[in-house]
Amino acid sequence: MSDEDQGVLWEVFIQVKAGRPYKHVGSLHAYDKEMAMKAARDLYTRRNEGNGIWIVKAEDIISSDVNDGEAFFDPSNDKIYRHPTFYKIPEGVKHI
Amino acid sequence: MEDEIKLNQFQQKIDDGIKIEPKDWMPEKYRQTLIRQISQHAHSEIIGMQPEGNWLTRAPSLRSKKILMAKIQDEAGHGLYLYCAAETLGVKREQFLQWLHEGKAKYSSVFNYPTLTWADMGAVGWLVDGAAIVNQVSLQGTSYGPYARAMVKICMEESFHQRQGFEIMVQLANGTDEQKEMAQDAINRWWWPSIMMFGPHDSESAHSNQSLKWKIKRESNDELRQRFIDKTIEQGHHLGLTFPDPNLKFNYETNHYDYSPIDWDEFWNVVKGNGAGNRQRLNHHIKAHDDGKWVREAAIAYSKKVNLKQKSA
Repeated sequence: MSDEDQGVLWEVFIQVKAGRPYKHVGSLHAYDKEMAMKAARDLYTRRNEGNGIWIVKAEDIISSDVNDGEAFFDPSNDKIYRHPTFYKIPEGVKHI
Repeated sequence: MEDEIKLNQFQQKIDDGIKIEPKDWMPEKYRQTLIRQISQHAHSEIIGMQPEGNWLTRAPSLRSKKILMAKIQDEAGHGLYLYCAAETLGVKREQFLQWLHEGKAKYSSVFNYPTLTWADMGAVGWLVDGAAIVNQVSLQGTSYGPYARAMVKICMEESFHQRQGFEIMVQLANGTDEQKEMAQDAINRWWWPSIMMFGPHDSESAHSNQSLKWKIKRESNDELRQRFIDKTIEQGHHLGLTFPDPNLKFNYETNHYDYSPIDWDEFWNVVKGNGAGNRQRLNHHIKAHDDGKWVREAAIAYSKKVNLKQKSA
């Protein structure tokens, strides 16, 4: 029973309402796409939580290295001019 | 030395309230504690389906049957959320099941007690799920991200369980003399086991201090137990039924209910697997797992065939 017979890992994303972004809700085990979709419906939307479901195999997700986050995101650190608060606007100027 | 620096940084993160995620560095003991605790929690949800499944075919109405079915489906879902959270710590699902079947992993001993009457479905929902909710609400703030997120989902779903249990108790408490007696008998049998669900006293609990320091647990066993007792006694008054503890009374100095000493011999007896239901629960799980073997094999064969087709297309 120690053989790997529990299927593969899939990550599940749910859109709560039309127009909203899909958000990660959790993962599940399944053997194929069709079964993954049915399991996601039964597991994550038992109370009408979803308008739509996305599923992706966990092994297909590319993620940044959390332990190396600082260096990785460093290029944007010194570009404060990308933020609106960087700019001084004369007093009295409105709607900008 | 490096480990000590890492350990300090880790503790600092915990103290700052930053969640630990699967790929973050963590002390081996933190990982092991979580593997034990989350898988035990998952097994409890799954084994917990059995005493309720016992009543599915005999629920007194179609309404109660549908509700009980929905509740059992929730327990299965909660078990799966928790297995997924536990797997992020680097242990495979197959391994968790093997440890359960070999008796190396525990589940909450409360599920080893039999559910003898329909009133037990009320008492289990009200008291056992009620105790579980107190514990789980606290665990929403646990330091391990995947565990905390699973707890948030579980807590949202779990409150229906307690309310449906209480509804059964209300119906029986307002019913015939026999029904009242049945409800009282269920409270008499489930009260102490539900109190024991919070585990040993703080002074006796082997894992508590480190777990609190690492915020795996946010409150101690005794704090959680007291919270459960305080709110449950008040609910019991509405039923007009009693609790099987003559020393249960409100203490105006502590603002909490006092209660009798707990019979820990019985607790340890049941934890160590001597409970009447322990062998039955495990055997049932093993049988269900073995009976499902051909389904898993067929599913694997089918997925291979589908993959092959897609590649050749």
